[in-house]
Amino acid sequence: MEKYVQIENVNMVFDTQKGPFVALQNVNLNVAQGEFITLIGHSGCGKSTLLNLVAGLLKTDNGVLLCAGREIAGPGPDRGVVFQNHSLLPWLTCFENVHLAVERVFGAKEDKAQLKQRTLDALALVGLTHAEHKRPQEISGGMKQRVGIARALAMEPKVLLMDEPFGALDALTRAHLQDELMKIAANTHSTVIMVTHDVDEAVLLSDRIVMLTNGPSATIGEILTVDLPRPRERLALAENPHYHHLRGQVLEFLYHRQLRPAA
Amino acid sequence: MSTVIAMQPKLEIVASAAPPAETQAPAAATTTPEPVAAPVANSRLFAYSRAFLRFLIPPLLGLALFIGIWAIVSQSSPQLPGPVKTWESAVTLFSHPFYRNGPNDQGIGWNILNSLGRVGIGFGMAALIGIPMGFLVGRFKFLNDMTAPIISLLRPVSPLAWLPIGLLVFKAANPAAIWVIFISSIWPMIINTAVGVTRVPEDYMNVAKVLKLSEWKIFSKILFPAVLPYMLTGIRLSIGVAWLVIVAAEMLTGGVGIGFWVWDEWNNLNVAHIIIAIFVVGIVGLLLEQVLITIAKRFSYE
Repeated sequence: MEKYVQIENVNMVFDTQKGPFVALQNVNLNVAQGEFITLIGHSGCGKSTLLNLVAGLLKTDNGVLLCAGREIAGPGPDRGVVFQNHSLLPWLTCFENVHLAVERVFGAKEDKAQLKQRTLDALALVGLTHAEHKRPQEISGGMKQRVGIARALAMEPKVLLMDEPFGALDALTRAHLQDELMKIAANTHSTVIMVTHDVDEAVLLSDRIVMLTNGPSATIGEILTVDLPRPRERLALAENPHYHHLRGQVLEFLYHRQLRPAA
Repeated sequence: MSTVIAMQPKLEIVASAAPPAETQAPAAATTTPEPVAAPVANSRLFAYSRAFLRFLIPPLLGLALFIGIWAIVSQSSPQLPGPVKTWESAVTLFSHPFYRNGPNDQGIGWNILNSLGRVGIGFGMAALIGIPMGFLVGRFKFLNDMTAPIISLLRPVSPLAWLPIGLLVFKAANPAAIWVIFISSIWPMIINTAVGVTRVPEDYMNVAKVLKLSEWKIFSKILFPAVLPYMLTGIRLSIGVAWLVIVAAEMLTGGVGIGFWVWDEWNNLNVAHIIIAIFVVGIVGLLLEQVLITIAKRFSYE
């Protein structure tokens, strides 16, 4: 299997006041180019930690992290990140927020007109051409998250990293954005690693679901291959017995084998 | 200075308490047997004017009470001029604000402008040095640890304690007064700017890291806009301090200025002018504060 993103024997230890805290232990994962991976697990299991390690926002001395054959030494625009709470700069318009990323990645090679076109293309991809001059506080939560996705995609990253991107949205908006994300990922052949705590979202979107055991010392408990044919259709899947079988397997892992003691 | 900030929410509450007036309006409308449309318009006008009055009455009542007490006190103490006498004196004074009869007798306008000029120069230099310093102190922990003891040692020092140093170094009164303004207004700007830098949301810095923005881009696109509201708070506090200090500094240094003018009128035993000066200092301070609050509102993004 092709190894586009390689995670080998990765441990992550945080120094806390109470002494070292082992968040992740012995994590091994290979992601192929164009693959859609979701990380799922109970809260506190270190799924965001793992994502931040790939993003380069966290560093570890233990284990090897590679992206496209190169060691991940720090954050960089080759790994676009969609943050949980959109992280748009409130003093910039939607256009300027995306343009900041475009300018950084392509500014050296392309002229102003090309940069502008890239920005507009990215906004059009998420259906927000009409909101280009709006500031983040003037648009809805779903639209903000779409600008966040546009910003990450506009950099043409090798890997798209998403940290519970739809967690703060209402169910209908979330479903709508999931459908859009599936289309965008298919059209752009993006490699995606996404953290989620939503079982339906994981089964609907993923090629493989990586299930993490409970922390501390969390590790990969099981990897489930979702062999549902694409393009997937939400309504059709609702009556698909195999979909329910896969969903059941994730639920079984989360609530039977990794059930948290009542907190 | 803080009274102005405290007053605003109160005013808003007063304003928002007004709508119930509308519910009382129909009762007023029933007393007149006019066609339906006119009383509705009338009652709405009535409700608006009531809301406006409710908004205006408390501050006016406060002022009236203040002037009343002042009038009573001035009755029992013959040296203290009452409101009427002070008002008459003020009308004469402000009818020729820009006369010049030699260096020690100039119009109130010149005195105010001279004081504002000193505040402007001292405060401007403090901003020029204090704000960049605040950014550096906030961004680099080493610098913060290095400057923290000095700042906490010098900040509580009374501004006038710096005046002899200024006189010693500059050997002139005017630069010494400016120096006092500078040294007393620099601290709020350093501290607030530095706090602002440390409070920039982690998310924004993560965006900067993922995009690998240059230090200049980080500063211009993220740090500066994020810190601006904190910086403006620092500037507001600073200008308040500067205006507070200038009167005292000028009393000691002399020259042309509102503080010196107060002292001069004390020597002339012209108490009405001293009271006028107190109002002038208060009103100018209020205006400076309002201007900065307006600017700050323009730059708040939440």
